[in-house]
Amino acid sequence: MKRDWPLYEVFIRGKRGLNHVHVGSLHAPDDAFAVAHARDVYTRRNEGVSIWVVRADAITASSPDEKDPLFAPSGDKVYRHPTFYEIPADVPHM
Amino acid sequence: MTTTPVEPPEAALQAAFDATVAHHDRIEPRDWMPEGYRKTLIRQIAQHAHSEIIGMQPEGNWISRAPSLRRKAILLAKVQDEAGHGLYLYSAAETLGVSRDELVELLLSGRQKYSSIFNYPTLSYADVGTIGWLVDGAAICNQVPLCRTSYGPYGRAMIRICKEESFHQRQGFELLMTMMRGTGEQRAMVQESVDRFWWPSLMMFGPPDDKSPNSEQSMAWGIKRNSNDELRQKFVDMTVPQAKALGVTLPDPELRWNEERGHHDFGQPDWAELTAVIRGNGPCNAQRMAHRRKAHEDGAWVREAASAFAARNEAARTAAKGLK
Repeated sequence: MKRDWPLYEVFIRGKRGLNHVHVGSLHAPDDAFAVAHARDVYTRRNEGVSIWVVRADAITASSPDEKDPLFAPSGDKVYRHPTFYEIPADVPHM
Repeated sequence: MTTTPVEPPEAALQAAFDATVAHHDRIEPRDWMPEGYRKTLIRQIAQHAHSEIIGMQPEGNWISRAPSLRRKAILLAKVQDEAGHGLYLYSAAETLGVSRDELVELLLSGRQKYSSIFNYPTLSYADVGTIGWLVDGAAICNQVPLCRTSYGPYGRAMIRICKEESFHQRQGFELLMTMMRGTGEQRAMVQESVDRFWWPSLMMFGPPDDKSPNSEQSMAWGIKRNSNDELRQKFVDMTVPQAKALGVTLPDPELRWNEERGHHDFGQPDWAELTAVIRGNGPCNAQRMAHRRKAHEDGAWVREAASAFAARNEAARTAAKGLK
């Protein structure tokens, strides 16, 4: 049985001024083919002006099991949001 | 001293999963999920992917014989989309821990199925239009609610697919409208095609609710959002005015508007026929599978060449690093 081609994650910049956004994944024998396949699979209707591909095994992700301890520290810091501060309604440009 | 992280008990995991589904929130690949949920999704997504891949054949058959360059270009684009849809769905299935090679093997060995509609032949060029209008129309009815399915990667693939299916349905309807404005012979060709595809299109929604044992569990898991009969009714209600605009007759003597229900009444497809087609006895089952196996084998040298090219480049890069 042959080995699967490696899995690549595909990111597309929709237009200038926007971030590259993850759109899906595909298999390819190497990086250059991954870009070519990404064009065929994910940009058949002018969806992008730039493509990034990265091998899925090169991505380090946070663990879903540690979601609570990882994100809890920002949960109680409401003072990081502008709406935390009461400003009289008649003060302009705030 | 090291401590191994304590796995939360299964009951707690199940409770977290149930809460996510109950809130209509999405389950993502690395979340805990019941084994049955994973298996059901793999089977459903893979079957859907296989359908897109096999679905290239009935229409691909007409690319070289479409009557104009415009129609050839449209049909080619449509068949390319089907390939793309298959790839989105295979990727979604793989996030559940099954490999692409396994999925391909499951199709080629016949252990997993594809939609029975693709086992019917495309005998006339009007079938290209009818498939777009009725078959893709039925597929859209099925697929729009799946954009909100509980499994994140599946829903995201469906959103992409639904955006593209709209082109498929509209090109089919426009093709049929053009033929209906043509000669008497062309109009007869459209009617004959609609007569053949109407009942198989209704079968695409699956057996009636009281004979669909897995539906209830799939709905409880948020994989399915509507029952087979609900979607079938919706499709009939949508299609009747379209048939009228087109000037064709839907071949069902029982089809009529029911004022009281606010829906159309309609006859039941021949469910014995659906069972027979699923079991492999449809008009084209053997041909579709033989063609797919041959295409896979004929493409082997391309995959091997690409792998060899990648391996040679990789070896050259490694050697160059060693020289530095």
